[in-house]
Amino acid sequence: MEKMSRVTTALSSSTISGKTMFCHLDAPANAISVCRDATQVVVAGRNIFKIYSLEEEQFVEKLNLRVGRKPSLNFSCADVMWHQMEENLLATAATNGAVVTWNLGKPSRNKQDQLFTEHKRTVNKVCFHPTEVYMLLSGSQDGFMKCFDLRKKESVSTFSGQSESVRDVQFSMKDYFTFAASFENGNVQLWDIRRPDRYERMFTAHTGPVFCCDWHPDDRGWLATGGRDKMVKVWDMTTNRAKEIYCVQTIASVARVKWRPERKFHLATCSMMVDHNIYVWDVRRPFIPFATFEEHKDVTTGIVWRHQHDPHFLLSGSKDSTLYQHRFKDATRPVDKANPEGLCFGLFGDLAFAAKESLISSDAKIKPYAGGDRRYPIFFFKKPDLTEQFAHVSSALSVFETDLDSNRMDWFVKTAQLYLLSGKPFAELCDHNAKVAQDLKRPQVSTTWTMLRIMFSDPANVTTPGPNHNLSKLGTLPLMNSFSMKEIGSGMGSERGLERSKGESRQDNIHLEPGNSHISNNNEENEETEGSEGQADYMFGDAELDDDDLYSMEHDNQTEEQEYTLPQEAFQLRHEIMDNPSAPEHLQQDKADSPHVSGNEAEVTCLTPIESFSLISISQPLFNPHLPASFFCPIVREMLSYYAEQGDVQMAVSVLIVLGDRIRKEIDDLTQEHWYMSYIDLLQRFELWNVSNEVIKLSTCSAITCLNQASTTLHINCSNCKRPMSNKGWICDRCHQCASVCAVCHHVVKGLFVWCQGCSHGGHLEHIMNWLKSSAHCPAGCGHLCEYT
Amino acid sequence: MEVQDQESLGRWDGLGSRDASSRTAAMENIHQEVMRKVEAIGPIPAQAPLPLASGSPATSDLNDILAHLLMLSKRCPFEDVRERSIRLLRAIQDLGVRIPRPLGNGPSRFIPEKEILQVSKVDTRTQSIFEDAFAALGRLDNISLVMGFHPQYLESFLRTQHYLLQMDGPLSLHYRHYIGIMAAARHQCSYLVNLHVNDFLQVGGDPKWLNGLDEAPQKLQQLGELNKILAHRPWLLTKEHIEHLLKAEEHSWSLAELIHAVVLLTHYHSLASFTFGCGISPEIHCDGGHTFRPPSLSQYCVCDIANGNSHANHHDDLFGNQELCGEVEVLMERMKQLQECRDDEEASQEEMTTRFEREKTESMLVVTAEDEECVPSRDISRHFEDPSYGYKDFSRRGEHVPTFRVQDYSWEDHGFSLVNRLYPDVGQMLDEKFQMAYNLTYNTMATHKDVDTSMLRRAIWNYIHCMFGIRYDDYDYGEINQLLDRSFKIYIKTMVCSPEKTTKRMYESFWRQFQHSEKVHVNLLLMEARMQAELLYALRAITRYMT
Repeated sequence: MEKMSRVTTALSSSTISGKTMFCHLDAPANAISVCRDATQVVVAGRNIFKIYSLEEEQFVEKLNLRVGRKPSLNFSCADVMWHQMEENLLATAATNGAVVTWNLGKPSRNKQDQLFTEHKRTVNKVCFHPTEVYMLLSGSQDGFMKCFDLRKKESVSTFSGQSESVRDVQFSMKDYFTFAASFENGNVQLWDIRRPDRYERMFTAHTGPVFCCDWHPDDRGWLATGGRDKMVKVWDMTTNRAKEIYCVQTIASVARVKWRPERKFHLATCSMMVDHNIYVWDVRRPFIPFATFEEHKDVTTGIVWRHQHDPHFLLSGSKDSTLYQHRFKDATRPVDKANPEGLCFGLFGDLAFAAKESLISSDAKIKPYAGGDRRYPIFFFKKPDLTEQFAHVSSALSVFETDLDSNRMDWFVKTAQLYLLSGKPFAELCDHNAKVAQDLKRPQVSTTWTMLRIMFSDPANVTTPGPNHNLSKLGTLPLMNSFSMKEIGSGMGSERGLERSKGESRQDNIHLEPGNSHISNNNEENEETEGSEGQADYMFGDAELDDDDLYSMEHDNQTEEQEYTLPQEAFQLRHEIMDNPSAPEHLQQDKADSPHVSGNEAEVTCLTPIESFSLISISQPLFNPHLPASFFCPIVREMLSYYAEQGDVQMAVSVLIVLGDRIRKEIDDLTQEHWYMSYIDLLQRFELWNVSNEVIKLSTCSAITCLNQASTTLHINCSNCKRPMSNKGWICDRCHQCASVCAVCHHVVKGLFVWCQGCSHGGHLEHIMNWLKSSAHCPAGCGHLCEYT
Repeated sequence: MEVQDQESLGRWDGLGSRDASSRTAAMENIHQEVMRKVEAIGPIPAQAPLPLASGSPATSDLNDILAHLLMLSKRCPFEDVRERSIRLLRAIQDLGVRIPRPLGNGPSRFIPEKEILQVSKVDTRTQSIFEDAFAALGRLDNISLVMGFHPQYLESFLRTQHYLLQMDGPLSLHYRHYIGIMAAARHQCSYLVNLHVNDFLQVGGDPKWLNGLDEAPQKLQQLGELNKILAHRPWLLTKEHIEHLLKAEEHSWSLAELIHAVVLLTHYHSLASFTFGCGISPEIHCDGGHTFRPPSLSQYCVCDIANGNSHANHHDDLFGNQELCGEVEVLMERMKQLQECRDDEEASQEEMTTRFEREKTESMLVVTAEDEECVPSRDISRHFEDPSYGYKDFSRRGEHVPTFRVQDYSWEDHGFSLVNRLYPDVGQMLDEKFQMAYNLTYNTMATHKDVDTSMLRRAIWNYIHCMFGIRYDDYDYGEINQLLDRSFKIYIKTMVCSPEKTTKRMYESFWRQFQHSEKVHVNLLLMEARMQAELLYALRAITRYMT
């Protein structure tokens, strides 16, 4: 043993080497401490008290201090500390309230030196003075701190925290006389060792217990505290009031905190519950740990840096009965795995997106859109701080703005008010709605209505749109639009082009033929966008805000969908025209070729009176038998889902109502109900009560219609006895009189009955109106001042 | 019909308002309604008063309302409502309807009614707590009234309970009440069961579940085992039990739900202890709280008779007091001695361990008064299975269960963090409640003032934990023997381990000179200590499962 104690050689920090290694202990550890020259470590716990030496490759057990056949509770350690000046001196805090010192230089097997049993409760912490050999401080559950002179048999001074449970005591590294104590009630106290009567300073550091504190090894004013509230705080104690300068939020309560040597801003923490990892934080970067050690399988109970001037090795003991040496190089760096990306919506629909610069730059070559520059890439560069060893990540922030106009929902309100959903023949409804959409500059919607009319009109109704078109010149526009579009589509043989032209033609309705160059332009842009990565999504997300200006972008987005929906659409258009008429005779089969005919029709509608219309309809009836209206149902269904997904649930619901039975069976009830509910909700937010009510009324979903049947009960009082009328009918069951007697003519009212909510009297609407014109009082003579509004 | 039902539910709501005029309006409504109901039953022949609970729904409905009115007249914290209720009851009586009268004397069978702070003359703080409680629940239960001795604690208790039952949480409302019923039924606490059966139905629980645990969902049935162990032998709880609950395919619990359930179970186990320990009487408006029989038939509440209590007991006490007048002084003297001589005599480790063991063993020998298995009434027993499973002494068990060291797993360090992590805010509330109970003192003992009672409180707390096998390294268990006498130990043991066997005699035989408020204080300590002990075992098992 003598030999062992002399092993102390002056190791300089540079010679420390080793690897990440561990050894099994026999029992869970509660605390560990390392001797000054970093060659040995002591592990203490309820059932363990051993010294291990740190070899290059492994831990080697040197000494078992837990001796005796039936070890007493004095060996059950809550804390242990190795003296930093005197390598033979150890102190432990026992769970039964004893403070024990151990002298490794003793020749006997039992190294116990002194035993102080002054504390009444468990001692949570012992701490040697960093420079004074004989001074030992303890903090206990009973709320007292005691300072022992190891040359005496008992404590030299007692400090009362005036509160329960001292959790940690630490001598200041730089101020000879100062020590800090942390308490279970969240306070931290600073004491002068010469003045046991009163603390120098006290402040509340945490909510709930402060489990640990640690003075900064170099900076004299800094104190780190960790608490049950999952926070680590760094306090500047040089000012008059303790000032919180850094705060790190961890994911579990903080059991221990230790500053990392030689690194001013680093500290290591571990937790006593749930989380088994050890984290090293750079306090300036509080949101992500600088490094993590993930070896332990149960909570870490003790951490200590191996040498006070070496930042590369950390020792830790754990409840899983292992002792680890962690080499810093082997730590995981969470920052490498983190995604430095963020996304946020602004109050007015602006979207901010920050991502790694490398990701952003790849698509930075995308040209700004014609509609104006909506993205403002901003690049942040944090000035690299040499002392900060964090991997530097620069991210770019893009802000996508929506202009206020496009975000307005005027069109929604107007559309809701102007649409006709019932009360007229189907074709008229469609035309009306098409016109509404047209007036609001929503050509696609308008076209859709027109197409619907064409698809689903039965022959008898075909003539009706005629006059409509004739009446207003504008009314012809949508129709022509759709046809011109088809011409181009067939001309180009490309569905995408067709869709494009549709979008374009909206911008300028008068031009029937948008320039081909324009279209190709759009296509290029289209492809470019497709090529870009994740970024592109956000632009589209923006576009989904459903504003007309972004229309073209919206189409970009849908290229994939269109690729399969459109072929069908092209079909549909072609056939639909043939479907239009259904006269008994089929005269011109050949003419059924679509573009030609459609052109024809467009002209005809513009120029000829009604009769010509019917002529045409007679002229192309041939395919009618083959193409019933139900033929279009799948397409219409997809169209509706498309609108609903685009956020234009208004369109989906309106079409649903107007088409009625024609389409209802094609769409499952849940989806329908969902659409209805969304639309009604929207309407109600815009306070369009009448429209919402109409929609509810017209809906066929039972779940929707019942909305109108809720809370329809009207509670009334009997006008005689003033008690609530319980049974339905005119006779009050209590006073056995007829309740609804007109107060003016004293006859029973059958029909419209008006009554005062104040006095329950009333009568025939007409009588009461007349009465109240001349008198303010109730006609029944009850004296109530009734009011008729 | 639906309208009618809603009406009857909403009927009492207005009474909880702090605004006097809306209370008046609500009372007016009730008045009209009752009158209507009375008339609906038809003209009453003067000679033949209403038959008791005659089958017609109208009558029983009326009876329910009358019972509720009776409760209001006694328990409502608002003076005006009490007066109006009394007046209304009288008016109805004048119409020839038989009105109910309360059974038993006040909220507790052990404590004279006049001792319990009368709701009308409490201080403003208690009054406002009572008003809050009344507004929240539409009633002021007897438990709250008895706890009204200690308003600080009551506030914390009600806040926690309200959060557990009404506020955000992983479990749905009817589950919470059902778990409450399960827990209370374990101790055959009909008071709590009745209370929560009503609440359970009110929040839309399926009445079928009340037929027994078999009818409840599989998920709840699995909780039965945990309930059983937790209530009687929490030290047997292992991580396998937890695993069994969490890994049960479609019936499995989530961790957060489990924590919620565990907190509820322990809350109601310990509340059952309190209920029995203070002899809480049934609520006036619940079954067994009132009767329509004329008072001449019986002088005593049935339960009093069953417990062998009679008014004669009080005379005994008078004599007893004279003999034992020195009791308090002796206790204080002992505390003083312990305080002083603790430094002189340093017991060896072996000695300390032996003391803990001895206390443990002794607690086993403290036998509860009636040892015969009392068969629980069928009504309650259907809520739990395996009625024979009861408390078995910690140390008597054949297999050796290692002692639970608080230093290794404590509420402050470990339990709190776990609860707060999985069920936010509750950890904080429980922490406050525990601290409140542990630190509550008025520095008085019986008639003596300025006494430091911390030693006594700690002895009680640790004694209870000792019965659950939880040991504090830094406590000398010899102190318990000095401070707690035998009758007190019997009371504690009965209340904590098999509360349903608590009798009035036990309540009266310990600490005879102490005031009732102090005995209630002791009960609060017992309740919280028990809850913490159960929680510690449950949370430790969960922690072990997680690591």
